Amino acid sequence: MQISRGTGRPLLAQLLVLVAGLAAVAAPARAQLRLDITEGVNDAVPVAVVPFGGQAEGASTDIASVVAGDLRLSGRFAPLDRQDMVTRPTSGGEIRFEDWRLLKSDYIVVGRVDGGGTAVGFELFNVQTGQQLLAQRVPTAGQSLRAVAHHISDLVFERLTGIRGAFSTRIAYISVEGKPPAQRYRLVVADADGFNPRTVAESNDPLMSPAWSPDGQSLAYVSFETKASAIYVQRLATGERRRVSARAGINGAPEFSPDGTRLAITLSRDGNLDIYVLDLTTQALTRITSDEAIDTEAAWAPDGKTLYFTSDRAGNAQVYRVSLADTSNVQRVTYTNGYNARPRLSPDGAALALVTLDRGYRIALMDLKSRNLRMLTNGRQDESPSFAPNGAVIIYATQDRGPGSLAMVSSDGRYQERLSSDRGHVREPAWSPYPPR
Amino acid sequence: MKLTHVLALVVLTMGVTACQKYSQTKPAEDATATPVEGATTSGIDQSAVPPSGTSTLTPQQQALAQLQAKNIVYFEYDSSEIPQDYLAVVSANAAYLVKYPTARTRLEGNTDERGSREYNIGLGERRAQVVRRALMAQGVADAQITTVSYGEERPAVEGQDEAAYAKNRRVEFVYAQ
Repeated sequence: MQISRGTGRPLLAQLLVLVAGLAAVAAPARAQLRLDITEGVNDAVPVAVVPFGGQAEGASTDIASVVAGDLRLSGRFAPLDRQDMVTRPTSGGEIRFEDWRLLKSDYIVVGRVDGGGTAVGFELFNVQTGQQLLAQRVPTAGQSLRAVAHHISDLVFERLTGIRGAFSTRIAYISVEGKPPAQRYRLVVADADGFNPRTVAESNDPLMSPAWSPDGQSLAYVSFETKASAIYVQRLATGERRRVSARAGINGAPEFSPDGTRLAITLSRDGNLDIYVLDLTTQALTRITSDEAIDTEAAWAPDGKTLYFTSDRAGNAQVYRVSLADTSNVQRVTYTNGYNARPRLSPDGAALALVTLDRGYRIALMDLKSRNLRMLTNGRQDESPSFAPNGAVIIYATQDRGPGSLAMVSSDGRYQERLSSDRGHVREPAWSPYPPR
Repeated sequence: MKLTHVLALVVLTMGVTACQKYSQTKPAEDATATPVEGATTSGIDQSAVPPSGTSTLTPQQQALAQLQAKNIVYFEYDSSEIPQDYLAVVSANAAYLVKYPTARTRLEGNTDERGSREYNIGLGERRAQVVRRALMAQGVADAQITTVSYGEERPAVEGQDEAAYAKNRRVEFVYAQ
């Protein structure tokens, strides 16, 4: 048995230990992901995030730099270079707006760590009008300064776009190191910007298909550690792990229902894959599809009443949908291109992210009303799309001639960036839900 | 449980019987397992006999060792049909399993890396099932066979070209000791 779990400490405590650089715990930090912006947006809104007061130059967590990084990561903002800042105000009263107008910043964020590090105050202004848009004091209350900075990013982003920020969320992904056949598989959870990677399970046999519970407390995933596939649900805070399906044949593609009480899974009988729904409380199993084809990769609609899935019942992989109330009524959803698979619903339920074959395997977005398919990426082997909980960005896995990496694309396809690991492959990203407010 | 993963590479070097230490537990697709000089063209190279303990293999062990060169069926792209060239591989394994009814094999289905991962689990399973049914058609008992699909999760070789893909689209016979 090669699976190791969390140390039983609360997640936050574990993260703090890692931040402190004491990596000799049961869940050591993995190689951090490196962020590269591969396709920028010309009309990103210029914003100045001034270095925060009360922080020494070169402090281990530079709040302004984290906030600027988050805003850049969103694709909607172009943070001003720090070298271009003539002055470094740390409160609204110190801002000379004409300076920042000359620098063509539309907005400015200033702030400072105060109270001996117990709180971080910040303000957001419109540079043109001088109007104060936000002024808040965020207690650190045991959080890391990075977490505080992500919270500030969330507030600024929401104030300026009307969209809830997703900078305080996390991503789960699979990392693979080593040459075949001796490969090491890890299930990793990191901050949404790739920081603070933490291994939550590892094995010499494949791990795959991580899926978040809607409360963000648990991950379901597939492990082959017994030389057969089985589905596990693991609580992140405690590492406590439950094997929820280890039936003969395939146990795969887990996805939590929106209320968290059920898992859509794929099981096989004599090699025929079908979709089932497993009640996590009663263990009751309900068969949803019964076709001789491969039926797999179920995704829940936000209302919890409909599943979208991949099936090759028409001869090649296409996306279908089925209502749980009437499983005899299966409707085909995709017709463009000869291969459409791995659907995921946008958080508002209006669109479907999927993998489509059009010269390469690429991520596309299908509007469910118009049925238009819009290409978002241009790779040769892009897969596993997963929406940020605000629907603004999709994270996916990409592989060119080199190690597999993660990438993000805005839902309008205009902005792309890559998260790569300097050790081995990373793949199968799953974006967490929002943390509780 | 100890498993004998019989040699993969040899199928590619066609006709050469490489020797591989009998009780090796790892598959040998590491491509460094080059055929040993002076390997016999049939049967067991005596240097492959375990160094201590019994100095000869039982007939069953010999038969199993001979399957080393015949333990993988490779598939065409997006196909789960056993290619003509590999029917002999299936027959050789079927003959062994029929002759030794207590022998057990695990069929591991695999795909190349193209396409989505859970769907590829389905394709790998389909390939394993096709081989399973072919074995049963030749008299192997269902109870002697288990299947697992690793989809694209356990490639034999790395690489993003057709040569690598062709080596990864496969069903491996794995024998329990």
